[in-house]
Amino acid sequence: MNMQTTSRLTAAETALVEAFGAQIGELPGNGAVIGTRDRLLDELKKAGLPTRRIEAWHYTDLKNLLRSVPDVTLVSAIDAIAPLVEGSKVLSILQGTADAKAAVDGIDIALFKDRLADGSAAAGLTALDKDDAIGRINGSFVRDGYAITVPANTELEAPIELQALHAAGQVHTRFPVSFGAASKATIIERHRSVTEDAALVSSISDITLEDGADITWIILQTQGAADTHLGQIRVQLGTDAKLRLFVINAGGKLVRQELRIDVAGEGAELTLRGVNLLGAESHTDVTLVLGHNVPNTNSTEIIRNVVFDRANGVFQGMIRVAPDAQKTDAKMSCNTLLLTDDGGFSAKPELEIFADDVVCGHGATVADIESSHLFYLMARGVPENKARAMLVNAFVAEIVEELEEEKLVEALEGVISAWLEKHA
Amino acid sequence: MLEIKNLHARIAEDGTEIIRGLNLTVKAGEIAAIMGPNGSGKSTLSYILSGRQDYEVTEGDILYNGESILELDPAERASKGIFLAFQYPLEIPGVATMQFLKVAMNEQRKARGEAELTTPDFIRRVKEAAEKLKIDQAMLRRPLNVGFSGGEKKRAEILQMALLEPKLCILDETDSGLDIDALKIVADGVNALKSPDRATIVITHYQRLLDYIVPDTVHVLYKGQIIRSGDKALALELEENGYADIIGEAA
Repeated sequence: MNMQTTSRLTAAETALVEAFGAQIGELPGNGAVIGTRDRLLDELKKAGLPTRRIEAWHYTDLKNLLRSVPDVTLVSAIDAIAPLVEGSKVLSILQGTADAKAAVDGIDIALFKDRLADGSAAAGLTALDKDDAIGRINGSFVRDGYAITVPANTELEAPIELQALHAAGQVHTRFPVSFGAASKATIIERHRSVTEDAALVSSISDITLEDGADITWIILQTQGAADTHLGQIRVQLGTDAKLRLFVINAGGKLVRQELRIDVAGEGAELTLRGVNLLGAESHTDVTLVLGHNVPNTNSTEIIRNVVFDRANGVFQGMIRVAPDAQKTDAKMSCNTLLLTDDGGFSAKPELEIFADDVVCGHGATVADIESSHLFYLMARGVPENKARAMLVNAFVAEIVEELEEEKLVEALEGVISAWLEKHA
Repeated sequence: MLEIKNLHARIAEDGTEIIRGLNLTVKAGEIAAIMGPNGSGKSTLSYILSGRQDYEVTEGDILYNGESILELDPAERASKGIFLAFQYPLEIPGVATMQFLKVAMNEQRKARGEAELTTPDFIRRVKEAAEKLKIDQAMLRRPLNVGFSGGEKKRAEILQMALLEPKLCILDETDSGLDIDALKIVADGVNALKSPDRATIVITHYQRLLDYIVPDTVHVLYKGQIIRSGDKALALELEENGYADIIGEAA
């Protein structure tokens, strides 16, 4: 009985395996890359998509939730759109294909497909651990993206927008980005669908902040109501590096955003903020694995969720403090406004602390709108529905306002209020 | 303008009766003071008048300009001109003060069938009113009441009152937590709004505020009823002798 028979593949798993077979010889990559792809697909086939029995996927049973996978569509007539923030430098990636002419003064930009072709991307394609389904899917199928290097001491005036637009089909992108010492930049990673037809998107950003780099990275996910979005950001923070990471989910049917962060340099500082606007029948999961791995680092994490309709949300926040990471200061909170009886939100904060001189805390709340706040606004003549909308908006706007860059705050508030107007 | 008839009301959640047969009439142009010891139902009365849902009216009626308002929600009452200046104004993070003021003013105008204010007109009004109340522009740039001191919150309430131009103003313990300078500013703000078509109910614990906002009538509230009414002299008598005598008479 200890012989394990290969379990039957689900429709989605079968579709992935078939899609891989159909693309043999077409996916870019040298021998090393092809070898890695084969191995990843093989692992995926053997392990299957993760189920609730896998701890890391307990609240997002991908095997059950991912019912079907659309065919690969490489060509689709999509035009780039105006950037979120006026004046941004746009690096567009349309239906999974980067723009060979893309250039921004002062930084090095390469096409990820060229890195696949010459094999320099092979090492980075591996999965992070045995449960890294996103790493496996993306590593197997990734076609393109941008590899970006911001040289040391470079300060970018305008934000860079990684504009990933897609129609139906499959899109797998990757963005390795390296920020040189003492560089300063704002990056907006924007994922958006231009049709209502189902798509499967996987995207991994692999970012390194060298010593003293000061970076704002925004992930704005506004996929279509039928889309699956599997996102992952791998982060390494050097000495005295500062990262403000904002993740905004305002779309998609099945969404998982993994944040894998290694605080690896003393004096480094992470500010993570998340806004999840959840409506319809969607399922959205933000999973953080944060390692404080050296002494004297700090981080704060605030996740705000608004749940309407039959939507479900998940936040898993794991903070690991290594044995010699003394004087770590980490504070995490997850607050949810649950505005429906049919939806839900699961929060799982976890602290694994192996050092003895640290300050770490976490808290989670789930509540409806504060009735005293509602009364206050109504007592000034604001009708109930409008007062509710103001309070929901306020709950998440408070987080966005921390960004301070006025144009960016305004643009994101615009996204939020447009979403609320549609769903509330 | 306001006629409260045999009002009985209780806390919705646990059924505790707070208002027990209250009668009160306030005419247009009048400033009525309601005084009473702690727990007599003063704040509850202010909440019930403005429509807070935590309370249930079980008997009696509240007529405003001859019509019952019991079925109206707080926003509808506000747009008809009822304004409550809160004892403890709430801090609402994420709601910008200016945006809130604009929405409140325009929603009330909309409900009354009036045109919305243009942005320059709105800003001019806020600026003028804020100056009179010595409210600094930086305060208006903050989220609603967030980080305001007790005195700033009370002034912000009066600012809202000045901008919304209500017909029935209810001031709930507006003097609490104010130093004498702030008290004068607030009282001047209230007095500036005095007009023949506007009534004000001043709820207070102490006579002190009534030196600055001089009432036409004074009513003593005790255990959910008005047990005595009079003119300003009654407030002075209370200051002198406390509530014990009057309560004794009523009992």
